[in-house]
Amino acid sequence: MELRSYEPTGPIEDRWEKHKEASKLVAPANRRKHNIIVVGSGLAGGAAAASLGEMGYNVKCFCYQDSPRRAHSIAAQGGINAAKNYQNDGDSVYRLFYDTVKGGDFRSRESNVYRLAELSLHIIDQAVAQGVPFAREYGGLLANRSFGGAQVSRTFYARGQTGQQLLLGAYQALSRQIEAGTVQMFPRHEMLELIVHDGRARGIVTRCLKTGKVTPHIADMVVLCTGGYSNVFYLSTNAKGCNCTATWRAHRKGAAFANPCYTQIHPTCIPQAGSYQSKLTLMSESLRNDGRVWVPRKKEDVTKRPEDIPEADRFYYLEERYPAFGNLVPRDVASRNALYVANDGLGVGPLVEGERRGVYLDFADAISRLGEQTIRERYGNLFEMYERITGDSPYQTPMRIYPATHYTMGGLWVDYNLEATIPGLFVGGEANFSDHGSNRLGASALMQGLADGYFVLPFTVGNYLGHVRTLPPLTEDHPDVQTAMQSVDTRVHKLMNAPDPKHAPEHFHRELGKIIWKECGMSRNAEGLETALEKIPKLRDQFWREVKVTGSGQDLNQTLERAGRVADFLELGELMCIDALDRKESCGGHFREEHQEKGEALRDDAHFSYVAAWEWTGNPAEPRLHKEPLTFEYVKPTKRSYK
Amino acid sequence: MADELINVTLHVWRQRGPNRPGGFETYHAKDITTHMSFLEMLDVVNEDLIEKGTEPIAFDYDCREGICGTCGIVVNGVAHGPQKLTTVCQLHMRQFEDGQEIWLEPWRAQGFPIVKDLIVDRSGFDRIIQAGGYISIRTGSASEANEMPIAKEVADRAMDAAACIGCGACVAACPNASASLFTAAKISHLSLMPQGQAERADRARRMVAQMDAEGFGACTNHGECEAACPKGVSLEWIARMNRELVRAMVKSETPARTRNR
Repeated sequence: MELRSYEPTGPIEDRWEKHKEASKLVAPANRRKHNIIVVGSGLAGGAAAASLGEMGYNVKCFCYQDSPRRAHSIAAQGGINAAKNYQNDGDSVYRLFYDTVKGGDFRSRESNVYRLAELSLHIIDQAVAQGVPFAREYGGLLANRSFGGAQVSRTFYARGQTGQQLLLGAYQALSRQIEAGTVQMFPRHEMLELIVHDGRARGIVTRCLKTGKVTPHIADMVVLCTGGYSNVFYLSTNAKGCNCTATWRAHRKGAAFANPCYTQIHPTCIPQAGSYQSKLTLMSESLRNDGRVWVPRKKEDVTKRPEDIPEADRFYYLEERYPAFGNLVPRDVASRNALYVANDGLGVGPLVEGERRGVYLDFADAISRLGEQTIRERYGNLFEMYERITGDSPYQTPMRIYPATHYTMGGLWVDYNLEATIPGLFVGGEANFSDHGSNRLGASALMQGLADGYFVLPFTVGNYLGHVRTLPPLTEDHPDVQTAMQSVDTRVHKLMNAPDPKHAPEHFHRELGKIIWKECGMSRNAEGLETALEKIPKLRDQFWREVKVTGSGQDLNQTLERAGRVADFLELGELMCIDALDRKESCGGHFREEHQEKGEALRDDAHFSYVAAWEWTGNPAEPRLHKEPLTFEYVKPTKRSYK
Repeated sequence: MADELINVTLHVWRQRGPNRPGGFETYHAKDITTHMSFLEMLDVVNEDLIEKGTEPIAFDYDCREGICGTCGIVVNGVAHGPQKLTTVCQLHMRQFEDGQEIWLEPWRAQGFPIVKDLIVDRSGFDRIIQAGGYISIRTGSASEANEMPIAKEVADRAMDAAACIGCGACVAACPNASASLFTAAKISHLSLMPQGQAERADRARRMVAQMDAEGFGACTNHGECEAACPKGVSLEWIARMNRELVRAMVKSETPARTRNR
């Protein structure tokens, strides 16, 4: 396996243009002869399928949800970044690029990030033209806010529902193409295998979640936009259905998986209330603009009501430790500090499995300074959501928050064209590893998903098809298709017929989540990761022996769906820990306790300035590591310090 | 934050598949903490059923934070249950009392055929959007976003209408199983925005025609839809939709397009 990024050279601001000029095109009349499969219908997949259909390709789009409008991009609250400089505060494409490379802790590819910053401008234009109701100023122009510690206001938003409105924009564009007949939509279909023929990705095998029917779909190429793998932690802010199956199946067929240990823990989520909990709910990070984070200074105060703890006994730990940024330190710093105060026994809230995992986010000062009405206007919907879930009103008492897994920067390795190590397999959005390095900045996920979907993939897909032109015909009776079908059938059969069925798939998923959260979460060390690497294979063996799936495979069977996803998480979880163990440095979301300086992450550029791309070898315990070295011509690596 | 344990009795609609007979079955959910969400309570019941070898209750869910619009159960006769402005995934057990009997049914409407147990087929909603619930703008051809100022008030009102999550509670709550609130919300969102003017008349005609073709009933102003809507989408949009439709009929005689390429 060879990793070639096909990154253009020369001045960074010209690279994307230059690359486009050198790319092949497909003539309009020839486009309908090409069949393209897009898996996933979120921001990246929905936008790509809509744009490719509109260009005239024959597109088949698949999603596991009952409608493409429900992909988890919909849950993004805060906003989307773009370097428009509408606020006249000194923003520029270069500054967004610079912030993203630095925020990613120098573990991303400069060329990709620059392109992302460039395309951010077009995304806003596109979304506005689609009718996305972004927030506006009284003069009628677009409003912005500062987000996640950025020193410019470059975040566009639609109340607390930016992801929803952008996704509906893409969904509506997709609907237009479905009506036009250029896109055929397959909701409630799950991709369970990739078809590789003659070294190229040529199709997928799906299971219809309504009927259980397993079908091959053959095409000229496959685009995966299937999201991230945060649900490996069991509890995360992802939707319950989010899974790694599509990317993991592709990995097992030869697509390298890059930087799996780079996961982002979001600092402001509602803490877990009990062991039955099914997911964690994110509260927008914008809350940190006006809320103050604190815990009691004394352990004996943790069970007191917060209003009974006098000011002098409150530990505003972010303000004290990071006076320059205070409560607006980046996500990883905020999260890790919450972990430390909780480890010191200062956590608040109910005891869950012996620990109090929560810190206060207090709006009392902001309410007295700005008035309740202003706070209601800014955060009303978030406060309501909090009250609905916890039964407490943040107007009266501080919120309790705690970090939760939210986003995964790792994903399938892709080159500058977003093509994986299997020719003809393209990967967009959170499913690829590309633009965020080891840490994603707030309001950048929507930006990357849409940049990939609207502006990068439609172009690079055409380039690929322009190069391959006509592919040899492939029919359903070909052994490569039949083997892929057979492997799906065998797997379904195996999941339904474990030798000693005892527990529902959730049981194993929860156990896996506990291991990964403890050993490969906010803070990691060699000893813990080695423990995890002993436990995970054992749990996986136990899963295949004892998983209990009721009902039949020829029917709607949610237990079977979950079992298949848990089986893949049980393999991915092991790779995450292997990667985390191998990366003996701290960078971004990956914090190794052995590599720190007075509590601050210590990167090791001399030895680890590379992308770790893992190749499947058939044995989950022994993946093969390939390294893509990273060079920084524009943003010179500096220590990321927020002190 | 007091943790309280309650027991509830569930009467759940079970139906093995489309066009199969269905009926209520009774389950006892024991030692349920009041901090659980309604769906977490069902998870606990289901996990127990699986371990006993019984097929669990099929119900739709995904984000579990009230935005994806996947979940939907009629709880004691009310779509999404007793709490106002709340999807059933955000409904918590503190809304129920110890010993309470709870009846769970799927959305019931001709336009939403039952798939299994509490899961229905809402693809009719997708087809209504496909009939014109968009602005035709080619990728990459948009002009600079700030070229066209849009009054804050207009953008805010468009956002009120655009907040619809497409869950279908409005249909389930309506005695006529009308999809008017859903359709009206999208027509209103796009007709309010200046970008949506070019296709305004055609959109209203085609979306309403598709809504009727899907077998959803007519609106007779009961207002149940607004009461059940977890996002507070207002009944006034239906009035607006009707005005848009009249306007479209008066304004143009060109027949509705069938395909839009």
